[in-house]
Amino acid sequence: MNNVSKSKLHGLWALTNRELKKWYKTPVVFILTLLQPIIWLGLLGNALNLGSLVGSSSLTIPPQVITELQLTPAQITVLQGFFSNIGDTIMQGTFGTTSYISFMAVGMIAFTALFTTMFSGMSVVWDRRLGFLNKALSTPVSRAVIILSKVLSATLRSIFQASIILIIAVPLGFQFGAAFTAVNILGVFAFLFLICMGLSSLFIAINIRSTRIETPMAVMNLLNLPLTFASSAFFPIEQMPGWLQAVATINPLSYTMNGMRQLLINSSIDYSQLALQYAYVGLFALVLTTVGIVLSWRFLNK
Amino acid sequence: MSNNAIEAEALTKVFNGSLVAVDHIDFSVRNGEIFGFLGPNGAGKTTTINMLITVLKPTEGKASILGYDIAKQNTQVRYSIGVVPQEYTADEDLTGYENILLCADLYGIQREVSKKRASELLELVELTAFKDKKVQTYSGGMRRRLELACGLINRPKVLFLDEPTLGLDVQTRAATWNYIKMLKKEFGMTLFMTTHYLEEADALCDRIAIIDHGKIIVVGSPTELKDSLGGDIITVAIKEDVDITELVERINHVKEVKKENGSYRIKSENGEITAPLIIESLRKEGHVVTRLSLTKPTLNEVYLQYTGKSMRDAEESGDSLYAKRMIMARRRH
Repeated sequence: MNNVSKSKLHGLWALTNRELKKWYKTPVVFILTLLQPIIWLGLLGNALNLGSLVGSSSLTIPPQVITELQLTPAQITVLQGFFSNIGDTIMQGTFGTTSYISFMAVGMIAFTALFTTMFSGMSVVWDRRLGFLNKALSTPVSRAVIILSKVLSATLRSIFQASIILIIAVPLGFQFGAAFTAVNILGVFAFLFLICMGLSSLFIAINIRSTRIETPMAVMNLLNLPLTFASSAFFPIEQMPGWLQAVATINPLSYTMNGMRQLLINSSIDYSQLALQYAYVGLFALVLTTVGIVLSWRFLNK
Repeated sequence: MSNNAIEAEALTKVFNGSLVAVDHIDFSVRNGEIFGFLGPNGAGKTTTINMLITVLKPTEGKASILGYDIAKQNTQVRYSIGVVPQEYTADEDLTGYENILLCADLYGIQREVSKKRASELLELVELTAFKDKKVQTYSGGMRRRLELACGLINRPKVLFLDEPTLGLDVQTRAATWNYIKMLKKEFGMTLFMTTHYLEEADALCDRIAIIDHGKIIVVGSPTELKDSLGGDIITVAIKEDVDITELVERINHVKEVKKENGSYRIKSENGEITAPLIIESLRKEGHVVTRLSLTKPTLNEVYLQYTGKSMRDAEESGDSLYAKRMIMARRRH
């Protein structure tokens, strides 16, 4: 056993890179996965431009109001000023930013993380069907490393895709908040890392048990829309009906999005809130990663 | 250490609490021999391999490889064995070379060493010219050879081959046989293989275990097994609808007569001499011989003798439901 690594984690990078290579070495797949969030952001972000609904252009003082109240030109200027700011005030109050596309782009970042972890987790079904899993199980590579490599590759992919959305959102009108500094990007990565670890461990524990690709597909279709809409992806939780609020407030995606919004688009950061958001997402990641890895590990040790 | 590379004692695997895939089997494989597991689909061959290569845990019993217990010392077992699985496990999106390096990484082999070994192995399986091509462009035979190279990357002392020629054409099969023979001859490797091709077991294996319904029925070298049949087999059919069993039994050299689907299966030594005698005595009694064939014993006869059915029958009818359930169970685990 000379020339052999004694590390318990040997093979981790080899297996992770195997997953990643399949993705970045296939140009068509690579480009398509990048196109998808762009289309989402371009279409949804512009179609649902809530800012224009309450924007200043739609609000002017009607002439009869001016004559009846006998307003002086000075008063008219003050009122007009109030009206032209009313849209921004509503937007700022509701979304924490005057730009809806900025609000939604952060939602899309989290949404993409969810989507990517779901799809990357499916490769484990193929590994089982095509016998690769059995082959890996007969080598000295640790069972935990096999599972961890899946989790890690899904996480890395998601973080990359999410960063692309952020970059693309800028020319589409994304506005950074007053509290934004370059360091905050690291904070965003930390959020993404935590949520992706948790989600992909969960999906891999589910997928490793299925021999057919249809099963994870059904699970995903069932989960992804409720998880997205019962979160603050498109709309602030405070404005939702009570029962939906209850779901959205325990949804870890909401905490991820709200945390990332503080870091990226809000005018000021509430650090106690931010700490809570990190704690919640961190706990979610810890619990799900542990449960996911234990469940997968037990399955592989039958 | 004994001179057995593999030893199994009452090795058993039960799926889902009730489906017995491997039923208390005992066998040993000597160092440096090619040992074959022969049986129809669903007989328990792959489940046995999966237990020996530490992918599945035995429900009962134990086994050891080079003295390492497969349950308690599985790390040592994994370092000393190589596996060539039934499926094509190489990644289609990667090149042949990348696939071999990936296998090396799973053993934690350092990069400088693995690069050198990968080149040697590619040379050995004659894939050097294609090493930088993606595996999806490979033919079936090339993919088999790549699997073989991957299985050899850690210089294993014991190599497991699960149905090494399944789905290959005649030419590629012959080439694969040559590789297997070479591994034994050049490297003194111990090989454990499963197959459901009788001629393959006959051509390659030093010793064979016939397995059916999860049980080992008989173990021995192909020659021993054939000899145990006690000679050649003559099959005779006559025009008349009368029983000639007693008549034939009286002929010299004839050991056993069995009536089977309107013809008679006659076991005899020196079939070439006995056959004319049979025809002669049947004629004397006024019978018309419509058909006669002489077969030297093959593993097919051995299989027939010990299981009471031919391999093809076992796979096609009666047992197929059982076999299918077994294969499904295996896939689920």
